[in-house]
Amino acid sequence: MPRIIVEVMPKPEILDPQGKAIVSAMPHLGFTSFSTVRQGKRFELAVDGEVTEETLESARSAAAEMLSNPVIEDVVSVRVEEDPS
Amino acid sequence: MSSAVPLIGDFSAQPAESLDGARIGVVTFPGTLDDGDAARAVRLGGGTPVSLWHADQSLHGVDAVVLPGGFSYGDYLRAGAIARFAPVMETLIKEAGAAATSSAPLPVLGICNGFQILTEAHLLPGSMIKNDHLKFICAEQALRVENTQTAWTSQFTQDEIIAIPLKNQDGQYVASAEELERLEGEGRVVFRYMGANPNGSRNNIAGISNEAGNVVGLMPHPEHAIEAGYGPDDATGMRSGTDGLTLFTSVISSLAGGSQ
Repeated sequence: MPRIIVEVMPKPEILDPQGKAIVSAMPHLGFTSFSTVRQGKRFELAVDGEVTEETLESARSAAAEMLSNPVIEDVVSVRVEEDPS
Repeated sequence: MSSAVPLIGDFSAQPAESLDGARIGVVTFPGTLDDGDAARAVRLGGGTPVSLWHADQSLHGVDAVVLPGGFSYGDYLRAGAIARFAPVMETLIKEAGAAATSSAPLPVLGICNGFQILTEAHLLPGSMIKNDHLKFICAEQALRVENTQTAWTSQFTQDEIIAIPLKNQDGQYVASAEELERLEGEGRVVFRYMGANPNGSRNNIAGISNEAGNVVGLMPHPEHAIEAGYGPDDATGMRSGTDGLTLFTSVISSLAGGSQ
């Protein structure tokens, strides 16, 4: 069953308190290569049957109007992922 | 299972004699926690609280609405984001936003999660993100009342310092630089945090209003500071603070037409 993947990230200019907490904890576990971490969200929208241009457009609308808040977040991508099996 | 919502105090039995008959709706969403306290605040303020249900599109003819605090729909997706699509909100958004309609726009107060719902519903600008220190905060918070022209703050004095409880995890108010400038320029910052910024909110903003002044949102909880014995400490004694009650008496007085 194909899925539409929607990825949402906090806007670059918005401080991401969760990402900041994660990056500051990393050195304690020996992960010292990373200067910043930002935490976003991934949504998987399953579709019965084919992904049409219409369902994709509907996913884009959902991403813009509900799955993200444009004040604090950007929709990074809306794409189709085929089931690997 | 009874559909009755357990509430503190017997406010619903008698629609009896309020000071002016103002009926103020208090919306309950799945996950709302402070509806009982909000209804009690309405009653102690002199109004008649009316329980409103998230799945009911009707506002049952109330004169004003409170969106109380809690964690509507578990705050999944984003705080307040799912509640914004509840049937009751469809009507509320129409009546509160109504510069376009002939009738006076509905006064709406969003407290904490209610404030988050109002921003998600685009009735108020900006958004709330996680506190900058990442911790849940629960404190008696000093605020300055910066706008006494709204339906909910008319009985405060300009720049009055009040103390009401603050308790949240996602209380950091953010908005674009242009939006902040507009809010400040139009005097729409209603409450500002005093002392150290408790959560990283831009410009120490604790509460704002829409352009018309009928919609107000704030993170701290006025409904928890309405009765001596249960509120914050103040000059008159321990737990004596009742500063929050003024929001409720203000709206009732605004509805009665007595703007003093």
